[in-house]
Amino acid sequence: MTSTALRSRAWKLLEMVTTPLLPSDYLDLVSPLRAGADLRGRIEAVHPETDDAATIVIRPGRGWRGHTAGQYVRIGVDVDGVRLWRAYSLTSPTNRQDGRVTITVKAIPDGKVSNHLVRTAKPGTLIQLDQPTGDFVLPQVKPAKVLYLTAGSGITPVMGMLRDIEFDDAVMVHCAPQPHDVIFRSELHDLVADKKLRLTEVHTDTDGMLDIARLDELVPDWAERETWACGPAGLLDAAEEHWAAHGVRERLHTERFRPGIVVTGDGGEVTFSATGKTVDADGATPLLDIGEEAGVLMPSGCRMGICFGCVTPLKAGAVRDLRTGEITEAEPGVLIQTCVSAAAGPCDIER
Amino acid sequence: MTATDPTAHLTAEQIEELGRELDAIRDEVIAGRGEKDAAYIRKVISAQRKLELVSRGVLLFSIFPPAWLIGTAGLSVAKIMDNMEIGHNILHGQWDWMRDPKIHSTTWEWDHVSPSEQWKHSHNELHHTYTNVIGKDNDLGYGIMRVDEDQRWHPFHLGQPLWNFLNACFFEYGIAAYDLELGRNLSKRRRKNPEFRARAKAVGRKIRKQVLKDYVIHPLLSGPSFLPTLAATFTANLVRNIWTHSVIMCGHFPEGVQVFERRSIKGETRGQWYLRQMMGSANISGSKAMHFMTGNLSHQIEHHLFPDLPSNRYAEVAVKVRALFDKYELEYVTGPLPKQVFSAWHKVFRLSLPNKKPKVKTPDRERELVAA
Ligand code: FES
Repeated sequence: MTSTALRSRAWKLLEMVTTPLLPSDYLDLVSPLRAGADLRGRIEAVHPETDDAATIVIRPGRGWRGHTAGQYVRIGVDVDGVRLWRAYSLTSPTNRQDGRVTITVKAIPDGKVSNHLVRTAKPGTLIQLDQPTGDFVLPQVKPAKVLYLTAGSGITPVMGMLRDIEFDDAVMVHCAPQPHDVIFRSELHDLVADKKLRLTEVHTDTDGMLDIARLDELVPDWAERETWACGPAGLLDAAEEHWAAHGVRERLHTERFRPGIVVTGDGGEVTFSATGKTVDADGATPLLDIGEEAGVLMPSGCRMGICFGCVTPLKAGAVRDLRTGEITEAEPGVLIQTCVSAAAGPCDIER
Repeated sequence: MTATDPTAHLTAEQIEELGRELDAIRDEVIAGRGEKDAAYIRKVISAQRKLELVSRGVLLFSIFPPAWLIGTAGLSVAKIMDNMEIGHNILHGQWDWMRDPKIHSTTWEWDHVSPSEQWKHSHNELHHTYTNVIGKDNDLGYGIMRVDEDQRWHPFHLGQPLWNFLNACFFEYGIAAYDLELGRNLSKRRRKNPEFRARAKAVGRKIRKQVLKDYVIHPLLSGPSFLPTLAATFTANLVRNIWTHSVIMCGHFPEGVQVFERRSIKGETRGQWYLRQMMGSANISGSKAMHFMTGNLSHQIEHHLFPDLPSNRYAEVAVKVRALFDKYELEYVTGPLPKQVFSAWHKVFRLSLPNKKPKVKTPDRERELVAA
């Protein structure tokens, strides 16, 4: 018998010892970061960067496969007892000796997770991790000249790149409201002092928003540079147009945070994605009724919110709890009770 | 059913007002749910696992009487925690709001021979929706007992004290059979029903796993302590069964608890539904430890009003609920465990004998509502 087969036999036996739990349920008590466990991380430190941004140092579990500069990671954090998932760019270099990684988070107004991470997260806390992903990365072959065009927290994936690889000719144009809002400012200035980077800071409170046409004056050879741009949608849209207009669209790499903003309203178009049905729903009729009327097979029980026999994944959009008025937005793993939820805007129910 | 309806003095409007006040209590708890609650259930789960691990470890040496005693006691408590404060409440969706897939009603499996899925259907859905409605809620006597004067007497009921005792000893099997609706499904035709067969198979799988674990593997692991460990796990299961049976009997059987006619729930309003839960349940009074060991089902009334609120909140909710009972002049049935257990057993004995069918006058609230 091969050793893997032997191991899986032994594991089966262990499962018989722990049923109905799994051996990992017990192992998680003592060693949540071990190899073979669900991927988690432990927050080891929180370093403030600006008034509203902080770098979180995370020790990932043994299953962590490592990242490429510029990639992001989805993390699941418990905020007020509720697990919420968000994606953040990795800001640590890929060859960090101590095996830790960092993300840098800017607290956005009303951002539950970002505010929690920046202001209340404590070292020692366990968080859930996904493997790093994203194709906003540097190419294998070093381009001769690069341009980084960033704004606000859009600097975070680029910082991961700057810390990872040195280019002979690197220019950065970064926008932030005021000098003290520039995340990693002193490190950037150190790079400038060492002649590893040419930096232009645009302070939008005094200079106004960056007009993409000004690039000609800020970086005259921008069109020759391989460019990585990350920031708010407005900036990226303008950049894409600008690069396309000059016929160099393939030199521009962009990364958009928060792609879909959920629009919440009263009622909306409901898609039952497993069945492929789409119907209009008002904001007062339970989705269970809407689905049944449309001929979708909906599990149900008490029809009054107490038995949890109707829980169904919410894949996209938002729903309103008819009892409390509370809005639930789609996120991976979010389940709703269809008998007491109504559409709060367009949504997608996995039935 | 007692000869007079204890809610007869309430008008239809008062009942709807009562419903609104209860909704407000619920909303308040939901708005305040947070980190502390999440930490609570995590702590309980981790304590349960550690206790079970240590107890099973001690039982490896159960050939020594003190080890047997400590291990058996620990394992009994661990099994009770698993079934009551953890399993029952998670399966009610009380912790679904945390969005932790590991502590969720859709994924949790408990140390019980009835698979979660089946239990959720018969318990959450049928029992909690049709609480104490004769003919609809089979928890009323589990189909083997007569627990109300209104139910028809049959000579079979003469033996019900014995049935109840046996059910207590093998309670988890009783529940599994009950969730399977075994009595109804044993007819030749129904036995063949593929859905029933699948469910019966699932129960069989769970029984096999539990029996293997408790009565074969752990005793074997104990080597020379084989027999004492076997006796220990058997005892722990017995203790858990009798304990949970007692607690659950106290929830709906003690004297003073009302049952309802099938037709009384037609077109039931939210307020009336709440009122039925209030009159159909009974509490157990006692210390914090007592509430914990019952999985907070000692707050049965509060649990039936708000089955999906986290159990650690029932104690604070109880104060407000009780004030409503006073305000609306309703009887809050509660008492210490021995008294409630005695009361429930007393009823089991009393109703094993036939009685005259009582006449009850129930107010016609539909007419009142129309008049209002
Ligand atoms: S059907 Fe019972 S909770 Fe939705």
